[in-house]
Order: sequence, then C-alpha cells, then structure tokens
Amino acid sequence: MFESLTQKLETAFKKLRGQGKITPQNVEDSLREVRRALLDADVNYKVAKQFIEDVQKRAIGQEVLSSFTPGQLIIKIINDEMVKLLGESKMDIASAQTPPTVILVAGLQGSGKTTFSAKLANHLKSKGRFPLLAAADVHRPAAIDQLEVLGKQIEVPVYAERGTGAVKIAKESVNFARKNVRDTVIIDTAGRLHVDEEMMKEVEAVRDAVKPDEILFVVDAMTGQDAVNAARAFYERLNFDGVVLTKLDGDSRGGAALSIRAVVKKPIKFIGIGEKLDALEQFFPDRIASRILGMGDIVTLVEKAQEHFDEEKAVKMEEKLRKSQFTFEDFLDQLREVKKMGPISQVMGMIPGMNKLPANAEIDERGLVRVEAIIQSMTAEERSRPGIINGTRRRRIALGSGTTVQDVNRLLKQFEEMQKMMKKLKKGNMRRMMQGMNFPAN
Amino acid sequence: MQRDSVLVETLQYRNDFMAFFETLTKLKSGLAKTRDSIVSKVRRLAATKSLIDDDLLDQLEEILIAGDVGVETTDIILTNLKRRVKENKYESTDQLITLFKKEVEAILHVSESEEPSLAFLPPDCKPYVIMVVGVNGVGKTTTIGKMAYQYKQAGHKVVIGAADTFRAAANEQLEIWAKRAGVDIVQQSHGSDPAAVAFDALSSAISRQSDVVIIDTAGRLHTKTNLMEELKKIKRVMDKRLPGAPHEVLLVLDASTGQNGLQQVKYFTAAVDVTGIVLTKLDGTAKGGIILAVSNEVKLPVKFIGVGESIDDLQLFDRRAFVDALFEGAEIGGN
Ligand SMILES: Nc1nc2c(ncn2[C@@H]2O[C@H](COP(=O)(O)OP(=O)(O)O)[C@@H](O)[C@H]2O)c(=O)[nH]1
Ligand SMILES: [Mg+2]
Repeated sequence: MFESLTQKLETAFKKLRGQGKITPQNVEDSLREVRRALLDADVNYKVAKQFIEDVQKRAIGQEVLSSFTPGQLIIKIINDEMVKLLGESKMDIASAQTPPTVILVAGLQGSGKTTFSAKLANHLKSKGRFPLLAAADVHRPAAIDQLEVLGKQIEVPVYAERGTGAVKIAKESVNFARKNVRDTVIIDTAGRLHVDEEMMKEVEAVRDAVKPDEILFVVDAMTGQDAVNAARAFYERLNFDGVVLTKLDGDSRGGAALSIRAVVKKPIKFIGIGEKLDALEQFFPDRIASRILGMGDIVTLVEKAQEHFDEEKAVKMEEKLRKSQFTFEDFLDQLREVKKMGPISQVMGMIPGMNKLPANAEIDERGLVRVEAIIQSMTAEERSRPGIINGTRRRRIALGSGTTVQDVNRLLKQFEEMQKMMKKLKKGNMRRMMQGMNFPAN
Repeated sequence: MQRDSVLVETLQYRNDFMAFFETLTKLKSGLAKTRDSIVSKVRRLAATKSLIDDDLLDQLEEILIAGDVGVETTDIILTNLKRRVKENKYESTDQLITLFKKEVEAILHVSESEEPSLAFLPPDCKPYVIMVVGVNGVGKTTTIGKMAYQYKQAGHKVVIGAADTFRAAANEQLEIWAKRAGVDIVQQSHGSDPAAVAFDALSSAISRQSDVVIIDTAGRLHTKTNLMEELKKIKRVMDKRLPGAPHEVLLVLDASTGQNGLQQVKYFTAAVDVTGIVLTKLDGTAKGGIILAVSNEVKLPVKFIGVGESIDDLQLFDRRAFVDALFEGAEIGGN
C-alpha cells in the first residue's frame, strides 16, 4: 500500500527501457495499475473505465521524451486528463438582478450542509455582502438550533420558524430578506436520501417556491461508489449548479469528486477542510487530481512550504548540500522549519505516499521529537562531523536523549543515506525539493 | 503551466525520497507492520482452463467493486472462488452464485456471543457501558437514540451521556432522542470537558442503578491526533470511574463510505480498541461493502445496522441478509 502509483508504474515500465513509443501492448500493465489506484481512491468503476480508455487514446503513439521515463509520461498524461475532467475552479455564486440572491443547499444526511451554509455565509460576509441564513431543516432534531448557534458565532442573522414546513420557512425567509435589506439568502435544508420520494418532493417544492439563483449539492469527500447515484438523482430533481466537497481535511482520496464531475458536468465550487467556520476553500482541480492519484498534494505542499521556508537559509543549505557539507545542525534546522508548517500529521498528509500512514500515526510527532532529542545530545563537533561518532559516543548520545543505541544507529544510517541522496540531485532542483518534499519524517 | 513543471520535477525525484521516507519511518520499529498485512495477499488470478466463464467473473467483480468492497478484498474473494470452483468442478451459474455468496459471507465475522442480544447483558458489568465513536456525520447520535430505545424496550434502565460537547446543538439533538426513547440523559453545557460528562454519566447511572449507559462523542476525523487523544482520555476516565468500562466501543460507519472506511477503523481501533461496528444509512442505495474490506483486515463484528430515521430503524446485523442485499439490483449471469 505504501508503494505509490508512480513507483508501480516505474516497475511496469522497466521492461520498456529503450523503446521510444507508447503502444497499446506496452501500456496495458500500467493502465491496470492506474485503474486500481482510481478504484482505491473511490472513483466510480464505470467512470474509471471510461477515464482509462481516454488516457489510453491520448497516450498511444506518444514519443517518450528523453527527460521523462515512460512512467512519468503516463502520469503526466493521467494528471492532465484528470485536471481537465475535474474542470474549472470557480468560487463565484450567481447573483440575482434584484436582490436577494437565493442559494439553496441540499444533500444527503450528515454531508455537512448546515456547517457549509454557515461557512458560506461567513465567506460572503467577509466579501462585504449581507447574508441571511434560513433554517429549513424541519426534520432532524435540533437542526434549527444548530444553525442558530452557528449564525450567532459568525454574527449572521438566522431566519427560523418552529412548527411549520420547509417551503413556508424558505418563502418567508426571502420576504424577510427583502424587508430587512439582506442581499443573500442561504437556505439550509434537511438531509435526505435520493431514494426517499417524499423528501425529494419536499426539496423540489422548496425550489419551486423560492426559485433559487444557485443550488449547491453538498457531498462528503469520503463517499464511495454510490456518490454517482446520489449526485445523479439530486441533479435530475434539482438541476443543481455546483458541488461542495466536504471533510477534505481527512485522508480520504476524494475520488467521488471525479465521479460526480464525470456524471453531472457541474463545477465543484467549494471544499470544506475543517469544522471551524472559516475552513472553506476554493477547489483546485490539480490538487484533487494528485490526491486521487495518491501523489499527495504536491502543489499545496510546495506553496505551504514556500510560505514558511526561510529563503535565505534555503540558499545556504543548498550550497552546503552541493559541497556535501550537510550536517546534523542543518538537519535540525530543517526539522524546525518543517514543524513551523503546522502539525506534522497535516503536513504528512500532503506528502506523496505519506497520506497512507499506518494506524498508529500519532507516533510520528513523537518520532520527530526523538530525532530532535538525539541530535541535541550530540556535541557541536559530532553534529558537523558525524563520522567521529563511535560506539562510546553512541551510548552517551542514547543515554542523553533517552533513546536506545539502535535508535541512534538508525538515525546515523539514515543521515548517511540522505547525504548520499543529496549528492545525486541536480543543483537547480535542490531548493525546490527541500522546500517541497524533503522532510525528515520521524 | 508552472504547476505542471513543479509536478514533473517533483516526480523525477520522488522515488529517491520515498525510499528515504521509508527508512525514516522505521525509526520507530513496528510502525510499519500494519501496512504489510493485505498487500501480501494479493495474487494474480490464475489463468485456468476451468469452467468459469470470464464474463461472469467480470460481472461478479463489478458487483463487489460497485458495492465499495474495494479492489483488494474483491481480488481475494474471486481468487478463493476460482480455486473452489476448480476443486469441486462446479458448472452451473446457479452453483457459482451460491458459492460466491458463501465466500462473501465467510469474510464477515460473526459476533463472539453468536447472536447479539439486547435482552441479556453480559454478567458482571452493571451498568453495561457502551461508548459510541466515529467520524463526522455518520449518524452516531441517531444510532444512540435508537439503541437507547431498544434497550429500554428490552426491559433495561438506560442512561445516555452527552459527551459531544463540541458540535453546535448536539446537546439539544440528543435530548430530543432521549425524550423519544424515554430514557435519562446526563449533560453539561456546550464546550465543557467531554471526559467529565462521561464520568458524570457513569456516576449517575451507578447511583440510579441503571443497567445500560450509552456515551455519545463528538464526530472527529481519525487523522486528527489531538481529537483522538481526547477520545482516549474519555475512555480512560470511564475506566477510572468504573473499572472495565466501557465494555463496548462501537464505531459507527456510514454505508456510503468508500475505501476511507478502512482508515477510520484502523485509527479508531488503535486509539480506543473498537469492539464492534454499526453500519448506518443502509436504507439508501449504498451497499456498505466497505465492511467486507474491514472484516478482511480486522476481526470486528458488525453489531447493528441503521435502516432509517425513525426510532425503530435499528436492526441486529444479519450476515445473510446483508450479503443478499449486496446483490440486490444486480443482474448476474443473464443475457
Ligand atoms: N472535519 C470536518 N468536519 C465537517 C466538515 N463539514 C462538516 N463537518 C462536520 O460534519 C458533521 C455533520 O455536519 P452538518 O453540517 O451537521 O451536516 P448536515 O447533516 O448535512 O447538515 C458535523 O459534525 C460537522 O461539524 C468539514 O469540512 N470537515
Ligand atoms: Mg443539517
């Protein structure tokens, strides 16, 4: 499982070294791996099938450029195709010519509609708009209270009326907005299964009553193969304008995004990345693509690292690396840079391959602490010349850091490997890599 | 595009880095164990000249994949099936399907106490304490309402502990369910320490001589280390108040969950030793096949299934019925 798609593809392509072109025969193995990766990421099996056929069509006959291996070329094609299929990224919401703009939020139970409604209100408010939230979930116990509490947190008024129906609440909320100069109404509706005829009729009735300018379908990023069925059914009933993908702060690969996009050609407008009311982001197709392919969120990581990484230090380190003077002191520096980027669990999730950490991943943070402790127990001389660390010194370091000699040995060995690897790198790429990927994990 | 060039560059070096990470992660020995277990099991389907029709096998594969069983587990099931067919020289499609269902059934673990029963609580634990955990939005609170009702119907005195002190109006939601079920509820104000609520609930149950305590917890993504720590603490505190409690830790999984369900089970089990699963929202079109993938890796029985939003829409899990439902709507063998 740890093996990434890229690695698998490399293996599948090993036999091809020296062949200059991609042919139906020589891509077969690799496409089987791609299919598997897609299914593991919860892409619907029919969508996966179609997708692979498209990729195959594009790949066959392509020259393999010298700077790529065939595996990399295929990945590039897959990535491009996927980004294309996932479509544009637009956060904009339709605006009514005569206010208020009415936004209807719908989806299955527990997908995150109420939280999203509040997040959207918060977002619009920060853009200078005057939203009103409407509590039209009259079914789930305390759903109205939930929205009222959230509304209070973000200081956005909530229109609610107990003991009446969703249609009436929706209608009245729009009237209320008109009278009270709120320019946008966000209607939170009850969760419903797409096969629940009565409930689907209710949401249709709400739509007919208020004629929304924008209808958003909210779906949990952890959803599996059934995502297409739900999305299609909601689309047939409501003809929604956009999709919201929630709970992407977890480690799900989010293949549902691709499935839904393939089935209903509507853009994914927002993603939810946390329970807090500011945890709402724009959707970037390229990020989700690499996530689905299990390649981590490379771009996000690079950006995030760039935000935090001290440019000057990076340049210095690059120099050192090239001269192969990379010391434990530098290693420690890097560790600290990584830590600045946020909780390691979050950072790790973005590193290719690391988003599939084993169950007891909370050890990671401790592993980091341990590495730090070991280095701190070294003398300055030992840090810059690890070669001198003999048996006696190892014992002392272990004792000083509260670890074992084996731990110290392992770290020394890894450090050595790291130095070796650094040497292999071409100089121009070094900094980016250090910024983007080079994490002493734990 | 700049992003493209970043991607390409990164790809060129990532193999080296992967190797590097791998050595690093081994610093804590034993960490790597969990991920080896299934990989090794995958075998290529042997190309045999047996009686199996490839077309039919493809169809069976699709049914499983479409039901969220996952590639890995699907492979295993099909491999076993092929072997059995070869050994026993099955021929007809009917025989094949029956055999296939048996293979699928075999993967699901039966509860240790055979048929789970609501009427008889295990001896020596009074009150019998059930802690309910899971990611956000799977249906924990609703399930607790239904469970409380069923235990009550079975003649037990039930207390609910409202230890979801985080989500807006979680208290109010659970209160309504407690009322519907006609059971007591212990709660504190929003934002208070969930472990303290659990502690209180146990104390109150002990002094009232209740038979069953059900503790609700806030939904949390299994990847959030601090929230998982909080969950461990809630559990520890309960054990302090009543040694051995909680006697049951139920993980609630949404039937529409895809392969991420596996991660959920692993992480929650690592944190709080999950003892059983509740599979919710089976009244939709999702098949809940993820529990096959789960069962393939961990020995966890499915205790209940949720089939609707009313108070009596909770059923004890029935393997056979579940497997039958997995095939519902699928046309096998035909044309
Ligand atoms: N971690 C995380 N949790 C979320 C996100 N969106 C919603 N939730 C949580 O998911 C659960 C269900 O959300 P809710 O908005 O009540 O869903 P609804 O039933 O569709 O209205 C709650 O516990 C929310 O806090 C998200 O993007 N990330
Ligand atoms: Mg809601």
